[in-house]
Amino acid sequence: MLFEDPVLASRFLTLMTLTFHIIYATIGVGVPLFIMIAHWIGIRKKDEHYIIMARRWSRGYMVTVAVGVVTGTIIGLQLSLLWPNFMEIAGQIIALPLFMETFAFFFEAIFLGIYAYTWDRFDDQRKHFLLLIPVAIGGGMSAFFITIVNSFMNTPTGFEMVNGALVHANPVAAMFNPAMPTKVSHVVATAYMTAAFLLASITAFKLLKGSRHVYYKKALYLTMKIGLIFSVASAIIGDFSGKLLAEYQPEKLAAAEWHFETEGEAPLLMYGFLDENQEVRYAIKVPYMLSILAHSNPTAEVIGLNEFEPEETPPLIVHYFFDSMVTIGMFLLVLSLIYWMGIRRHWAFVKSTFFRWLIVLSGPLAFLAMEFGWWLAEVGRQPWILRGIMTVEEAATSSDYVNVMIVLFALLYIVLGVGTVVVLRRIFKNNPIEVELKGNDSP
Amino acid sequence: MTYEIIGITVLWLFLYGYLIVASIDFGAGFFSYYAKKTKKDHIINQLISRYLSPVWEVTNVFFVFFFVGIVGFFPDTAFYYGTALLVPGSIAIILLAIRGSFYAFESYGSKQSNVYMFLYGATGLLIPASLSTALTLSEGGFITETNGEITMNYLKLFTSPYSWSVVFLAIVSVLYISATFLTFYASRANDTEALKLVRKYALFWGTPTIIAALTTFIALGQHNQRHYDRMLDLWWVFGLSMGFFMISLGLIYIGKYYGLAFISVMLQFFFAFFGYGASHLPYILDPYITIYENATHQSTGIALIIVFIAGLFLLVPSLILLMKLFLFNADYVKGKK
Repeated sequence: MLFEDPVLASRFLTLMTLTFHIIYATIGVGVPLFIMIAHWIGIRKKDEHYIIMARRWSRGYMVTVAVGVVTGTIIGLQLSLLWPNFMEIAGQIIALPLFMETFAFFFEAIFLGIYAYTWDRFDDQRKHFLLLIPVAIGGGMSAFFITIVNSFMNTPTGFEMVNGALVHANPVAAMFNPAMPTKVSHVVATAYMTAAFLLASITAFKLLKGSRHVYYKKALYLTMKIGLIFSVASAIIGDFSGKLLAEYQPEKLAAAEWHFETEGEAPLLMYGFLDENQEVRYAIKVPYMLSILAHSNPTAEVIGLNEFEPEETPPLIVHYFFDSMVTIGMFLLVLSLIYWMGIRRHWAFVKSTFFRWLIVLSGPLAFLAMEFGWWLAEVGRQPWILRGIMTVEEAATSSDYVNVMIVLFALLYIVLGVGTVVVLRRIFKNNPIEVELKGNDSP
Repeated sequence: MTYEIIGITVLWLFLYGYLIVASIDFGAGFFSYYAKKTKKDHIINQLISRYLSPVWEVTNVFFVFFFVGIVGFFPDTAFYYGTALLVPGSIAIILLAIRGSFYAFESYGSKQSNVYMFLYGATGLLIPASLSTALTLSEGGFITETNGEITMNYLKLFTSPYSWSVVFLAIVSVLYISATFLTFYASRANDTEALKLVRKYALFWGTPTIIAALTTFIALGQHNQRHYDRMLDLWWVFGLSMGFFMISLGLIYIGKYYGLAFISVMLQFFFAFFGYGASHLPYILDPYITIYENATHQSTGIALIIVFIAGLFLLVPSLILLMKLFLFNADYVKGKK
């Protein structure tokens, strides 16, 4: 059967679970911000459209949150089931952020339940709005703490290893590890960015399908504008991440850039592919750019892959992940910038069918970029589970049943994925905005 | 008190919290399916969904909190239980995932289908059964360690009278806790028809619960003598549990003070659960893990306790708000708002 080796099987099952979970987790972190903003504008402008926007978004959000909660529970337990040796060591030190994450999650779960079931219980929408603040904060804090755990795995600090045992544990120092600031801010900014393009993409699709209601135009402008802000933020933080990699994980940066020889004035390679002799073909070379990305200095020396033991270098496939992520990110930034300027300056083409199709594309592309980014971060960390300390081989379970579990979980994710789409369609198809507004007008 | 004792007490408290809130949820799943089969679903389904819809995610967090916490306080549990529980643990989380997401799909999305009702009912009993495996394992004798490799003896697990009595106890307790809660909730809603039905369930499931508790106790005596003796030392705790059981059953029988009856059920399980836990100590997994030898570093343990206390300041008011709005709001329970 597939994956006889429990290590490979555990890696594959973790990859599958996380790839599925982060779709929902990103929505879970990102969308509350938009519900909150729409609800707020609705109150401020006394514009019923925005209140209904918040309500419709939150209705769809509840469904995705449900899947996010259950897949999050799965990955939480899988950490111990599939990587028992890792959790035995790392549990002594990253338990603190993991524990805090459950508190943030608790906080969010309580207030989300209240928000969703109290639309008709407050006469004053401002009171109802207040319930959203803990939801958005809880979502953001969850991302914050769980990304701390991941950044600890990339740049472990706050302890010493003596003869294979962990001593002098300092959980607070472990939380504030070097990768933490850039990783956390990149994850949070891109979650908001992805949510923005997801919502914009749905709205653009409705406009293309012939809806003419002003509601959609308001929603599109709002989401694209916020999308632009977070695209710029993500790009800037992405640049900081490159500098961090150069300092703390040079092998990941070198693998992502196919940078083999240590040299100054290092060029950046874009696209291309590797032939069977591991030679780079058809890549676009941007002179000095890698030195600038790594050290903000066009002549600075960048460490190459040849400096590392072959068994300690990450797979070279991460270059494709890196290029795809950056390309999509730049495309989304330019797209939202043109749209925003176009609306302000009354350029007709931003309302054309072609441009709207590009916006429809932006949602799925944003999710793809996010997946590519995580694959880059995680595959680029191979062969380590705790960089420099523990390899994935030493960490995995010895149980023989992982391959059977892969099949079971794959079936589960298919059912959940299809279920989400079917249920979301059912919620919105028979209840378009025109109907909901009419229902609201009558007393 | 040492930080190890505080740690395990906190975790046990959360597992107890999960036991109560999840039992209400799991049992409700079984009762709605049973009611549908006997064509009585119109009587209780609204009652059940009004309570469960706003709280199901909170239920889930109690569980996450426990297993994240135990790995944090006692990292070796990840090594032993993680390896041994791969199969039962994975099955339990798949069932939980199906249940949780389908529940949300149905209540936010559409009408109820037959497949869904069946899954909702079946998982309500299968999840407690598979989760209780972890408690069985903790008594030792099912896991062996040779040269740092953990193996689990499934044959022994499936043929052990103790493990089956635990499964049986888990299922009947779930049904009893759930039925007594629904009785209380129906009486708050002044829903006489639903009350009649769920009160019958509560009276029915009381007896098997106490019988299962006794058989489990006897089976434990054959499986783990040390633990059995320690439980006998704590006989008065289990006596209190028995006393509260009599009070709850009596109150439900005379048909008055359902709120007090449910509190008695909570106390019944509180004493039984903490008596069981206290007599289990110092072992978390007999004989491999004890709370003293396998606890995390003191610095991590203390940081966890500080975070826990800070977290409570956030959670307790929020939970009170949640209960005020949904559980103790007469208008909401009656279905007006």
